[in-house]
Amino acid sequence: MHRILAKQTLSPNVTRLDVHAPRIAQIRQAGQFVIVHLAENSERIPLTIADSNPETGAVTLVIQAVGKSTNELVALNVGDSIRDVAGPLGHPTEMISSGHALCIGGGVGTAVVHPIAQSLQKNGVRVTSVIGGRSKEWVIFENELKRYGNVVVCTDDGSYGRKGFVTDAAKEILTNEKVDIVYAVGPVPMMRAVANLTRGFGVHTIVSLNPVMIDGTGMCGGCRVSLGNETKFACVDGPEFDGHKVNFDELQDRLGTYREFEQKSLACAAENCRLEKQLSQKS
Amino acid sequence: MSARISTKQRMQITRQAMPEQDAAARAANFLEVNLGLPERLALLEADRCLQCKDPRCMEGCPVGVNIPKFLDLLTAGKIAEAAQSLLCDNALPAVTGRVCPQETQCEAVCVRAARGLPVGVGYLERYVADWAREHRDQLPQIKPQPTGKKVAIVGSGPAGLTAAGELAKLGHDVTIYEALHKAGGVLVYGIPEFRLPKKIVAQEVERLQEAGVKIECNVVIGRTYTIPELQKNFDAIFIANGAGLPVFMNVPGENFKGVYSANEYLTRINLMAAYDFPRSDTPVLQGQRVAVVGGGNVAMDAVRTAKRLGAKEAMIVYRRTHDELPARAEEVHHAEQEGIRFEFLTAPIEVIGNDKRWVTGMKCQKMKLGEADSSGRRRPEVIPGSEFVLDCDTVVVAIGTKSNPLLTATCPELKLNKWGNIVADENGATSLPGVFAGGDIVRGAATVILAMGDGKKAAQAMDKYLATRAK
Ligand SMILES: Cc1cc2nc3c(=O)[nH]c(=O)nc-3n(C[C@H](O)[C@H](O)[C@H](O)COP(=O)(O)OP(=O)(O)OC[C@H]3O[C@@H](n4cnc5c(N)ncnc54)[C@H](O)[C@@H]3O)c2cc1C
Ligand SMILES: Cc1cc2nc3c(=O)[nH]c(=O)nc-3n(C[C@H](O)[C@H](O)[C@H](O)COP(=O)(O)OP(=O)(O)OC[C@H]3O[C@@H](n4cnc5c(N)ncnc54)[C@H](O)[C@@H]3O)c2cc1C
Ligand code: SF4
Ligand code: FES
Repeated sequence: MHRILAKQTLSPNVTRLDVHAPRIAQIRQAGQFVIVHLAENSERIPLTIADSNPETGAVTLVIQAVGKSTNELVALNVGDSIRDVAGPLGHPTEMISSGHALCIGGGVGTAVVHPIAQSLQKNGVRVTSVIGGRSKEWVIFENELKRYGNVVVCTDDGSYGRKGFVTDAAKEILTNEKVDIVYAVGPVPMMRAVANLTRGFGVHTIVSLNPVMIDGTGMCGGCRVSLGNETKFACVDGPEFDGHKVNFDELQDRLGTYREFEQKSLACAAENCRLEKQLSQKS
Repeated sequence: MSARISTKQRMQITRQAMPEQDAAARAANFLEVNLGLPERLALLEADRCLQCKDPRCMEGCPVGVNIPKFLDLLTAGKIAEAAQSLLCDNALPAVTGRVCPQETQCEAVCVRAARGLPVGVGYLERYVADWAREHRDQLPQIKPQPTGKKVAIVGSGPAGLTAAGELAKLGHDVTIYEALHKAGGVLVYGIPEFRLPKKIVAQEVERLQEAGVKIECNVVIGRTYTIPELQKNFDAIFIANGAGLPVFMNVPGENFKGVYSANEYLTRINLMAAYDFPRSDTPVLQGQRVAVVGGGNVAMDAVRTAKRLGAKEAMIVYRRTHDELPARAEEVHHAEQEGIRFEFLTAPIEVIGNDKRWVTGMKCQKMKLGEADSSGRRRPEVIPGSEFVLDCDTVVVAIGTKSNPLLTATCPELKLNKWGNIVADENGATSLPGVFAGGDIVRGAATVILAMGDGKKAAQAMDKYLATRAK
């Protein structure tokens, strides 16, 4: 059992949970994730380790509530527990040891970019972060990222920072400055757009892929992604890959495999919730 | 041998049939197919054993279970002693009684098979083991002297569980590390409920815990801890992490929605209870026309599972013929009874999808059997121009598994063969002192009983190794 040590709402649907998992807190590296299994009948879902504190044994997870499992997780409170947390899984991020790195985060992906920027800065690399959200209240991790370098904020509606997409800001930086490596984490369309952009500049680009996973140990192959002609298992070979080789169309398509089920699952949870409310009102 | 009954009388008894759930009913549920012999039939079947002086069945058994001995005790009405004798030779008889390929092992060489049918060793093993599960209080509990030696076991499949039991019996302090959230290995994530109820595995795991074995789930060796780290904290290590890496066909279209590895398909359903969606949160596609590629136990489990999930047509696509199917004979027979369709001499060359990238079919080639290869099996050869499209909406690939490099990659000193399997001698000793290995990670995908045999041998060798180490 892994106790929730702290909880904070970061944006309308993004919540930060600090979960007690001392071994993982001690050894995790940037780019690694955990598989979380809330209770007996829950799904096993992958979540990136956004930060950790080896002293308190806390592992920070930043969760966007998109479906049943993530909604259940963000409904937990301090003192509640998660049944299983396995990790740290996946390969640590491919690092550089000098030069200039551009870290691009979209939505909840910004939390995934955080440990990368943290490690880069520790290595002595200059870090520029470009982060984005729909509007002001969706921008997360700005202050944390500022500790590691310059941060450019973009919002789709211009309510905060620059108006426009992260790719617009990234393009300017790539045009005006020497960039040695780009890290991009966010929704698939964003990562695809960044990869297309940096290809023109010839800058090595690493993206963090989020296919559906189960075991996270290479046993099921459900997380397979295509890089050129090669098939890779994201949980053990990744989750970070060369963005210029990833078949984003296939990834996007496979992420839709269970759409019908996901809606049913949410509807069912809502129905249970309604019934429970009715019952509690009656009693 | 008791004089209660003559050899002639024994020879006159015919083999008792295993009572099973009706085929039509069971094709729609996940309850166990075989119901177990009732006492009267079990005793009758046990009386068929001729109590050979030189029992061939024991040679046929990979771990040399003393079969005539436990059968003799059973017929003599000493079932507790029969159970004790069986458990002494085989740590998980309730499992092997259900999943061993008896027809190629003990029963294949039983003298009675020469004229008629062999003794139903598997049925009787199951009978005695099930009795033992229900009557644990009637079996002696051994409380060994603690040795103060610490042993780590990687993986809780049959190899790991067996080794843990043996080492705990010898007084060692045993910790099993398991990557998944539940212990049992393939026995819980792969083999379905209708063949091996999960309760049985859970009971075996509990029994080990009562004997003092610690089980830590959610620990992935190679990630959470490495082998060199375990070496610092333990006196010896047994690696039994199985052969869990699925092999795909490497044909176009394999990443369309609706293509699963058997591991993924079965894990979703068995470990994650996807058959119970939405009460359980993990979904699985419930295909109407499911094509399972392969002919082994894994393929049979997948295809019979698809049928139970409501597939109108659940098919095996296999490139050889019925006679070459590597699955247990009983599984093939049960599959046939349940209405599984078999497409023999057929090999897929492409998965076909629609514009939304959902599977709609599989392009296949017809094959014919040619010359025998080095393994003695006749090699399938393509019949040119025989391509056709098999209609299906789900494809499950069950053509084998390889060793998973996750653990071995973090321990470069461990010697591997060219397939990535750990090299170990007949006692499980690896290239690293104090590190032993067994089961599928050494043999490649094999069987439960071979994994258990490895676990037992390694435990004995580890006990010797630990004795040589100063406190
Ligand atoms: C390596 C990795 C790291 C991730 N890190 C984070 C993170 O730090 N924060 C965060 O909010 N999300 C992260 N995700 C995504 C997160 O796992 C999914 O949002 C979550 O599983 C959705 O579950 P659900 O039941 O709430 O939603 P569902 O309704 O089940 O699904 C919503 C969408 O999430 C995806 N999804 C569903 N099940 C899984 C699964 N088992 N594994 C992966 N994706 C799935 C599908 O695209 C689906 O359309 C990560 C994914 C991966 C693979
Ligand atoms: C669907 C299916 C049906 C089968 N049917 C039969 C049958 O009828 N009869 C028969 O005899 N055999 C059958 N087999 C084969 C048999 O199950 C295997 O040969 C046997 O389970 C191997 O045992 P093992 O202990 O070596 O490994 P496994 O049972 O594979 O167990 C390995 C365990 O180690 C864990 N693990 C892996 N990596 C790590 C790590 N890095 N750290 C920690 N833990 C790890 C895994 O999660 C797993 O729990 C079947 C196999 C499958 C898949
Ligand atoms: S070979 Fe057959 S008859 Fe002989 S002891 Fe074994 S089970 Fe009995
Ligand atoms: S999640 Fe199963 S192999 Fe990657």
